[in-house]
Amino acid sequence: MNIHEYQAKELLREFGVAVPTGYPAFTVEEAVAAAAKLDGEVKVVKAQIHAGGRGKAGGVKLAKTDEEVKQYASEILGKTLVTHQTGPEGKVVQRLYIEEGSAIDQEFYLGLVLDRSIGRIVIMGSSEGGMDIEEVAEHTPEKIHKEIVDPVVGLRPFQARRLAFKMEVPTKLVNKFSDMVMKLYKVYVETDCTIAEINPLVTTKDGNVIALDAKLNFDSNALYRHSDILALRDTTEEDPREVEASKHDLSYIALDGNIGCLVNGAGLAMATMDIIKHYGAEPANFLDVGGGATKEKVTEAFKLILSDDQVKGIFVNIFGGIMKCDIIAEGIVAATKEIGLDLPLVVRLEGTNVDAGKRILDESGLAITTANSMADGAEKIAALVR
Amino acid sequence: MSIWADKDTKVIIQGITGKQGLFHGEQMLAYNTKLVGGVTPGKGGTTVLDNVPVFNTVSEAVEATGANASIIYVPPAFAADSIMEAADSGIELIICITEGIPVVDMIQVKRYLEDKPARLIGPNCPGIITPGEAKLGIMPGYIHTKGHVGIVSRSGTLTYEAVHQLTTAGIGQSTAVGIGGDPVNGTNFIDTLKAFNEDEDTKAVIMIGEIGGTAEEEAAEWVKANMTKPVIGFIGGQTAPEGKRMGHAGAIISGGKGTAAEKIKTLNANGIEVAETPAVIGETLIRVLKQQGLYEACVTGQPTT
Repeated sequence: MNIHEYQAKELLREFGVAVPTGYPAFTVEEAVAAAAKLDGEVKVVKAQIHAGGRGKAGGVKLAKTDEEVKQYASEILGKTLVTHQTGPEGKVVQRLYIEEGSAIDQEFYLGLVLDRSIGRIVIMGSSEGGMDIEEVAEHTPEKIHKEIVDPVVGLRPFQARRLAFKMEVPTKLVNKFSDMVMKLYKVYVETDCTIAEINPLVTTKDGNVIALDAKLNFDSNALYRHSDILALRDTTEEDPREVEASKHDLSYIALDGNIGCLVNGAGLAMATMDIIKHYGAEPANFLDVGGGATKEKVTEAFKLILSDDQVKGIFVNIFGGIMKCDIIAEGIVAATKEIGLDLPLVVRLEGTNVDAGKRILDESGLAITTANSMADGAEKIAALVR
Repeated sequence: MSIWADKDTKVIIQGITGKQGLFHGEQMLAYNTKLVGGVTPGKGGTTVLDNVPVFNTVSEAVEATGANASIIYVPPAFAADSIMEAADSGIELIICITEGIPVVDMIQVKRYLEDKPARLIGPNCPGIITPGEAKLGIMPGYIHTKGHVGIVSRSGTLTYEAVHQLTTAGIGQSTAVGIGGDPVNGTNFIDTLKAFNEDEDTKAVIMIGEIGGTAEEEAAEWVKANMTKPVIGFIGGQTAPEGKRMGHAGAIISGGKGTAAEKIKTLNANGIEVAETPAVIGETLIRVLKQQGLYEACVTGQPTT
């Protein structure tokens, strides 16, 4: 789960990480009022969306007067920002963050992430602050320094110090920097982050170390123990169909094609998308109904698929293991009747009670095309929507 | 022959009195798996299913039954603890079916297991099956046939798909291992490939991967350097968009890394043929078996379709 920069900074502040003073604003008036509460000559007006690259897209502006705050706030609020992370359709800015300016001396990168190959948290630091870290990794990998954390003892101060010296943090600020690294690690493990990134982390001319930006992503499997973080979820930043799917415990991802897919199992669901593409068509979604799908769940899944008006046909691909094909077939029949489905529907059933399942589909009198294999089904649906 | 689980494996179920534990316990018994007991704290002294004794702790269960394997159907908030309890009690093979364990918990588990002899399979996996001998998992037993092809996979239903293709083509399986779809797991591709390489009865291996991480790439390099048996692959998620978790917690392309295209390229570069679609995993294996003169040795029955 993602949260906004201003929410991340609030959380970091609670853990004692130094962040600039700032206030969120949902209207231009709130933005002006927020700026009035801030000291200093420069105020930063920042678009709050769940994507990076805001600066380049015109979502971050420095204002020197109240007039400028008002002007930038009205320009940015409601604007559609297109960055390398939003996709071509971009994201509409609905929230702002008004922050005091910082007298930046140097910029650094600091990020915590899971290293999957060793199953440990790794801390990454670089003197190349403010840049896309993936680009740094590709072009100048020697400028990224790493420390791997032993979960038994957690991150040790010597590791934070070693990282600071390798990153060439000014010597007199090494302690302040190390302290921030230690605190960020605490945030990561105590709030179940999947990514904790500060880019840039800056040293200021008056000798401070500050998190100028903050990106925190959380492990959705751990949200059951963090109701405070779950409360920060902004569903307007997510695909509305994905939000709806999560209410019914369905795993759904919207895609750009026109063939709706309903599959059991994540691996098979991905493979189904691939085989549709192989036969020259495009999948409209990823959808895993899970192992224990009921008639109700299948009906919800159909409704979800049909809420995408790009969908021109549906492919149901089920390998019944524990899930019995006759139960699924009954669900499909009931769902199509209830919804009044008038799009081509191809169903491939395999596994437990497959014959009974096929019989139910045949005897339903509905216009359901049955398929003998995954390939057969994909080929048939691709031909039907063409 | 087989790897890790056979007819002599003595299994307990952690969470045996729950809905999942009972249902799958019954299926395991129906497959003639040696299910010797179960654990549910507070229900010790009772019996379930066909007179299977329930214990309060794993150590009691091990002491009373001599169990050497455990399969875990405990809810995600308690599953990490259950894995550690099994390892602490001397269980050698731990299979965790549970989906949804927080990553931070699994990091602890992985570290805890480092100096223990226990092997963890999963979490978020279908388990392991040695056809005709033992079923330690949630896979449908009847689609499998005893034979000589090993399977290792990050996906459950995709494994069933591959097994079904093999069985209908008359090719049996030695052992099928689901290593799970989580970013931090116990047994990985290389561990499983190594075991298949050393198993006399396994003649070839199917490796089913998906987007996210670099486990397939690492495995491919290991295969090229060490494997004496043919390996064919399949990678799911060629059409998956970047930055989205495709059902499995570990199936995500991040920062342009972990794409299917990249994985397929690395597999091919290391001499592993990759099935173009999931529908031809069986065909691809058979073609490679024929090329290597292993086909006859792997045929265990008549093709049924």
